[in-house]
Amino acid sequence: MPVIWMLAIIAILAGAGIVLGRKKALASAGGDSRLLHSLPGYYGANVALFVAAPALLVLAAWMVLQPILIESRVAATVPEDAYETQGDLSLILADVRRVARGLDLAVEQGTITAERAGDMRSEFTDVRQRLAEVGVAVGTEVDRTTLTAAQRYRVLEGRADLAMNVVVLLLAIGGFGLMYAKTDKDFRARNSVEAAIMVILIGASTIAILTTLGIVLSMLFETMNFFRQYPALEFFFSTTWDPSFSGRGGSSELGILPLLWGTLYISLIALLVAVPIGLFSAIYLSEYAGKKFRGFAKPLLEVLAGIPTIVYGLFALITVGPLLRDAIASPLGLGTSASSVMTAGLVMGIMLIPFVSSLSDDIINAVPQAMRDGSYGLGATQSETIRQVIIPAALPGIVGAILLAASRAIGETMIVVLGAGAAARIDANPFEAMTTVTVKIVSQLTGDTDFSSPETLVAFALGLTLFVITLGLNVLALYIVRKYREQYE
Amino acid sequence: MTDATAETPRRGSGMGSLMASDDHTAKRNAREKRFRMYGLVAVCTGILMLVLLLTSILTAGLSAFRQTTIEISVTLDADRLDPEGNRDPADMGKVTTFGYAPLLRDGLIGTIEGAGIETDLGARDVADLISDESVAQLRSFVLANPDVVGQTIPVEVLASGRIDGFFKGRVTYETAELDKNISPAQLRLAEDLKAADLLRTGFNWRFITAPDASTTRPEAAGLGVAILGSLYMMLVVLCLALPIGVAASIYLEEFAPQNRITDLIEVNISNLAAVPSIVFGILGLAIFINFAGLPQSAPIVGGLVLTLMTLPTIIIATRASLKSVPPSIRDAALGIGASKMQSVFHHVLPLAMPGILTGTIIGLAQALGETAPLLLIGMVAFVREYPEAPWDGGLFDPATALPVQVYNFTQRSDPAFVERASGAIIVLLVFLLIMNLTAIFLRRRFERRW
Amino acid sequence: MNDMRLTERAVDNNGTKIRAKGVQVYYGDTHAIKNVDVDIADKTVTAFIGPSGCGKSTFLRCINRMNDTISVARVEGDILIDGEDIYDKRVDPVQLRAKVGMVFQKPNPFPKSIYDNVAYGPRIHGLAKDKADLDGIVESALRRAALWDEVKDRLTAPGTGLSGGQQQRLCIARAVATSPEVLLMDEPCSALDPIATDQVENLIHELRANYSVVIVTHSMSQASRVSQKTAYFHLGEMVEYGDTGDIFTNPKDERTENYITGRIG
Repeated sequence: MPVIWMLAIIAILAGAGIVLGRKKALASAGGDSRLLHSLPGYYGANVALFVAAPALLVLAAWMVLQPILIESRVAATVPEDAYETQGDLSLILADVRRVARGLDLAVEQGTITAERAGDMRSEFTDVRQRLAEVGVAVGTEVDRTTLTAAQRYRVLEGRADLAMNVVVLLLAIGGFGLMYAKTDKDFRARNSVEAAIMVILIGASTIAILTTLGIVLSMLFETMNFFRQYPALEFFFSTTWDPSFSGRGGSSELGILPLLWGTLYISLIALLVAVPIGLFSAIYLSEYAGKKFRGFAKPLLEVLAGIPTIVYGLFALITVGPLLRDAIASPLGLGTSASSVMTAGLVMGIMLIPFVSSLSDDIINAVPQAMRDGSYGLGATQSETIRQVIIPAALPGIVGAILLAASRAIGETMIVVLGAGAAARIDANPFEAMTTVTVKIVSQLTGDTDFSSPETLVAFALGLTLFVITLGLNVLALYIVRKYREQYE
Repeated sequence: MTDATAETPRRGSGMGSLMASDDHTAKRNAREKRFRMYGLVAVCTGILMLVLLLTSILTAGLSAFRQTTIEISVTLDADRLDPEGNRDPADMGKVTTFGYAPLLRDGLIGTIEGAGIETDLGARDVADLISDESVAQLRSFVLANPDVVGQTIPVEVLASGRIDGFFKGRVTYETAELDKNISPAQLRLAEDLKAADLLRTGFNWRFITAPDASTTRPEAAGLGVAILGSLYMMLVVLCLALPIGVAASIYLEEFAPQNRITDLIEVNISNLAAVPSIVFGILGLAIFINFAGLPQSAPIVGGLVLTLMTLPTIIIATRASLKSVPPSIRDAALGIGASKMQSVFHHVLPLAMPGILTGTIIGLAQALGETAPLLLIGMVAFVREYPEAPWDGGLFDPATALPVQVYNFTQRSDPAFVERASGAIIVLLVFLLIMNLTAIFLRRRFERRW
Repeated sequence: MNDMRLTERAVDNNGTKIRAKGVQVYYGDTHAIKNVDVDIADKTVTAFIGPSGCGKSTFLRCINRMNDTISVARVEGDILIDGEDIYDKRVDPVQLRAKVGMVFQKPNPFPKSIYDNVAYGPRIHGLAKDKADLDGIVESALRRAALWDEVKDRLTAPGTGLSGGQQQRLCIARAVATSPEVLLMDEPCSALDPIATDQVENLIHELRANYSVVIVTHSMSQASRVSQKTAYFHLGEMVEYGDTGDIFTNPKDERTENYITGRIG
């Protein structure tokens, strides 16, 4: 039974719950809703909630877990001599799924009977041909191992589907029965509904934690896989990045240092651009600018923050890169590449201007007016007040803002993908193309990926490194900013 | 109490007349002026960069919305297109585009002769004036209207990318000398066709509606699938992030006890908001695709990843909005015997709704422009088929997204794709502009001051 | 509290330091100060008293043009210091404020060391020849503010770490360090406890020897303790001005009498 039908049944039961729960409650009070503990609507909602919530939750969990469990059991049936590495096994399993899907389709379309699909033998039937007839293309001939596994897959899946339907339906009906039986004029339906809603609210707020957990776990496992195949010391301390896809490991050199160098170099240039411009803009807008100018310039600067990074990437690729190359790098003999550390750094700097300026603006505005008055009262000019009183007072906050901007710069992807180049090298010349951690994550995880080779898995180690660095910066920055704000509250 | 009553040694500034400015003060005032100017220069630099960015994109991309086409009379030879003679599209479908190409070529040559234009180019070179895509266009037109077979009909076909570029100033006689794909003679012919009003440039609807095209046919590439894919993902984000975000905010703002777990969740959310977007891509790849087995390139996966990414934004905006509802409203509801839950859902939430919607739109705009995580979950794939409607499982069909399509275009060597990429960005920016204007409108319209 | 002081309060006849003529102040549409005329004597403590919102602080801020920093404020009329119109176009408010120092209601030390707080004014105005000179200025200012003995061993400690009374005396030392001729004090004791208040009042008493001090206060007893001249402000007008003793014992205007006897305030 397709899932859509299950959903429909649950919906119908819930709908019935709304109507019947309300009706029964009213009937128990002799039609006088004033005698009820809660408003009549709550009785209906209560029944509906207990029909839908547990059933849907179990349905969702089941659908996520079922393929994983089935796959591991099917994988266990594949004889060990049929594959050499984990990668081969995952290829076999992909074929198994495909064949199983094809058999499903064939049965559905009536080209073979259900029994035939179950006891078909690869020695006697051209399974590939049969599957092609129903529109499922299988790359190679289907051998015995695959076919047997696929048949087992179908059997397990059939059983699991049946079990799921039974369990979910029982839950829905059970919920209905239980709450319908409880419905009575003295039953505290509102409290029951509110408790259920509270559970949903709490569930929603834990998603943030689950997300973080998911990020950490997903990267941690694959990173450990990676370090099993590639020495961690070399990853962290080698100065060569040279993955080779032909050699299947061994010949690849996957040192993170050149990538980190490119990342930090570009981020440094970006900050050198963004911090002075952003800070001075914030100072001008909050201390000097008239209301009109501020009302016009501040939103314009903030538009820069709303522009997607791919736009900046294209700007780097088609405008800034060629301009820098033709105007500076080529004439000075510094390089002939349009993508360079300078290109990416400059454009990223532009992207970060509003980030620095609006954070600094908030922070400067948090410095109490009394501080300014004190300085003006002594005869300080505005700039002296800003430089010698306001900035020192706001310094922790500004440092926090710069750290946040740095974390942004380090994690930025599209600008460096389009503007920095792909060559991993450690070089001081900013007009050379270099590459970053994020660029390599993209290049190792797009296109042909093989989740058993170190060349693919290294992306997870890179991702984890990136996550740890940016998380550290963020935690530090948020802590500093928080402390700063408390000081003036 | 004090013995230091002697005057401090002092410079002339205070003692003299206030009217006369001394050197030191003049220097300080000059410094003040300079400092002020630095600030103004900084602000102007920022704005200048914005202007530069937008002009650069607009000048490169606006031409993508215009497209050169050529009108040709084609004789649809029945013997070639319908060998069975039954006008049945199923049988006619066996004739591939190779069967149509000569017809189109002959049609073009005939049209040129008919207009009295002389050219010494060979048939092949003449045929290069029109896009390879136009053959496929003609074929699908004929298959959709089998009755036209045997007739001579005028068709409007795409000019090739180089010809299109010639009329947009990208290709000139000089560059054509060096280009093996086009010759100056072909450009002259194109000019003659334009003079005869057979070659025209008009608004390029195909750019917005058509699917992507192969790397050799920039003139045919469109954004249809990408726009649809982005739309689907926004649908998923809206359906998931809004209710989850609002539920989480209500709990944290109204019900959560002050304890360590609440603290943990709060720190978590503010940190998640600053996690690089590409990390969410890795999460999506590992959890949704490798672990849960969802298909690659599917809007549902993109939507889920973007949901997790925008949740912190929505939660932060929603909490600020809930916080701005004065406690007196809650007290009033509680005071007449409403439960805490009733006071929140009946009074606080409706009052906070404009703020929540504004925050959600801004979160959606952020999600719409996001590229990096989508690259990792296979949205870079070349997709020509439109996904099905969402209720027909379209969320699981392969699709691309607008920003990813921009990235795709930039990875192709033909310079005509720079125009397409910039054009796609203009479309993207228009969508973002509309969303942000809606947010501003909502804020203005429903803003309350307590 | 101190009878000694009452007896020594001879009415000084020092020359006029500040002369205000027809001063009007507007905050946007609000007419905050209405036509105030007053002559303030040199080396005298002058107190401005009146109910809150009467404009006494606003008028005080006119004397060193602090109102310039508020964009909606507009000042009309003349204020002359030593015969020079401080609202003249040629006058640089920066120079003016070096000559007319100000101490605020809430102690507002900068988040710097005690030394740097006091040295701030001399540094920006370029008053010190060298480091030793600056040290001397800081020390004498702290001594005048009666703070030297308490802080001389921790000059590098942050000024924000001092107690409230110490902070306010630090702010006074900061103002004194630029050697102003006039010292404006805007309710300098309102955020302080009685002991700290006493310290600051003693200090004001001593400062009279060198400066023309103008103090705004909401406390009549404080006005009577520290000032020789008193001006009573009411709803933006200056109702009465005269010797402190006369104002408190024999007010001429009914509004002043009502305020002093506690019927309004």
